[in-house]
Amino acid sequence: MKTDFEHRQGAHCESGVTSNLLSIASNGKITEPLAFGIGAGLFFAYIPLIKINNGPAIAFRTLPGYIFNRTAKSLGIPVVSKRFSSKQKAESYLNECLEAGNPVGCQVGVYYLPYFPKEYRFHFNAHNLIVYGKEGDNYLVSDPIMETTNVMDSYQLERVRFAKGALAPKGHIYYPKQGAIITDETIKQAIKSGIKKNVYNMLNIPGSFAGISGIRNTGKKIKKWRDKLGIEKSKLYLAQMVRMQEEIGTGGGGFRYIYAAFLQEADAYLPGNQLAEISVLFTQAGDMWRTAAVHAAGIYKGRIGSQDDFNKMGDYLIEIAEVEKNAFERLKNIKWQ
Amino acid sequence: MKKDEVPQDLSSLGKITKELCYATDSSGKYVAALSSGWDVKITALDVAWGDIEKRIAAAKQKVLNKEASQLLFFMEYRLMDISILAGYTGFWKWQIKRHLKPEVFDKLSTQKLEKYAEAFNIKVEDLKSMTIHED
Repeated sequence: MKTDFEHRQGAHCESGVTSNLLSIASNGKITEPLAFGIGAGLFFAYIPLIKINNGPAIAFRTLPGYIFNRTAKSLGIPVVSKRFSSKQKAESYLNECLEAGNPVGCQVGVYYLPYFPKEYRFHFNAHNLIVYGKEGDNYLVSDPIMETTNVMDSYQLERVRFAKGALAPKGHIYYPKQGAIITDETIKQAIKSGIKKNVYNMLNIPGSFAGISGIRNTGKKIKKWRDKLGIEKSKLYLAQMVRMQEEIGTGGGGFRYIYAAFLQEADAYLPGNQLAEISVLFTQAGDMWRTAAVHAAGIYKGRIGSQDDFNKMGDYLIEIAEVEKNAFERLKNIKWQ
Repeated sequence: MKKDEVPQDLSSLGKITKELCYATDSSGKYVAALSSGWDVKITALDVAWGDIEKRIAAAKQKVLNKEASQLLFFMEYRLMDISILAGYTGFWKWQIKRHLKPEVFDKLSTQKLEKYAEAFNIKVEDLKSMTIHED
């Protein structure tokens, strides 16, 4: 049994899944960058109290699950979303969906994902893929970060759908209801609302852990890492930051490039609002994040590591904060044409 | 990032799939481009694994010194903390803490050992003998 589905590779798992699941309803119009932007995906947060693989939690994107829900909601698409306590029920529900012709999104953990190379397997439970068919005991799987589709047997799929630890997926399954149609007018409104929400998340969240103030504050903290944590732990922390920023699923430059691509596409829907010009600022921010990553690599490779080098590292983030602040303020002040 | 500057340093993922990223073409328009990896993040991943290897080696020594049971070794090997292991096995955290003591671990029933073996995706005899087979 196989549903009507076309695998398209994406940069990021959740926006890729969202774009692919909405492909039929939108006639292919909801590209991955559009899904990312409408879902207000861009973010920054530094939460040293939460430890991931013995390093601080650093995020360049919004909370898991948020992009799909927000994008579908903004586009007026009804969504079915379920979690399960029973593995059997989770599997039979999945089978029913496939029999009804619905490809479905599944939240999974990557640790026991069989087609991932060992080096990339961590207990990260907010990965997303699409199951689009079943042949015998094998499920047909479209993982947007992979070039081609994969096959997993029922035990392998159950194991990752019921991965344990933080953000445990609990068999989470989601899909848009069939029959909805997305018009250009809906897309325009959804773009505006996505930008507005992202402006809020980056400029207006109180405290100094998230958004622009989070970037600036992290820059200040990095300057103190060498004294406070010692050189070895600082290396681990910097490596962790670079991985969150550049690793599979980001599209490069801490999601800044995918957001720049979104603004460029948005400009075609809403011309006369300077979205293409503002997009260039996000490209610049992405380039700066990558320059900072190269500098960080110098430190964790042990090539450099003086206090001056840490000061420079911190200053990179402080400069990035200024560029992104300016970009988001320009988005905030748009008088929509 | 410009399309022709997209890095192509072969990573362990690059051997299986290229990653999609967004880059600008000569006219400044965003296009999807494929990358087989980037040296900067390959090293970042190496740093993370270097730390994990150290932790595994330290755990192994503790088991050999009878300061901890084989569970500690496999927890480090599978990057699991007590909560994750509790999730996979269904044991309470306090039970796992007890089972981390060698004298308690040595008396565990086969049934309990099987739960741990399944969580670590290994065989019971490998759990007891602290043997790993690359997977």
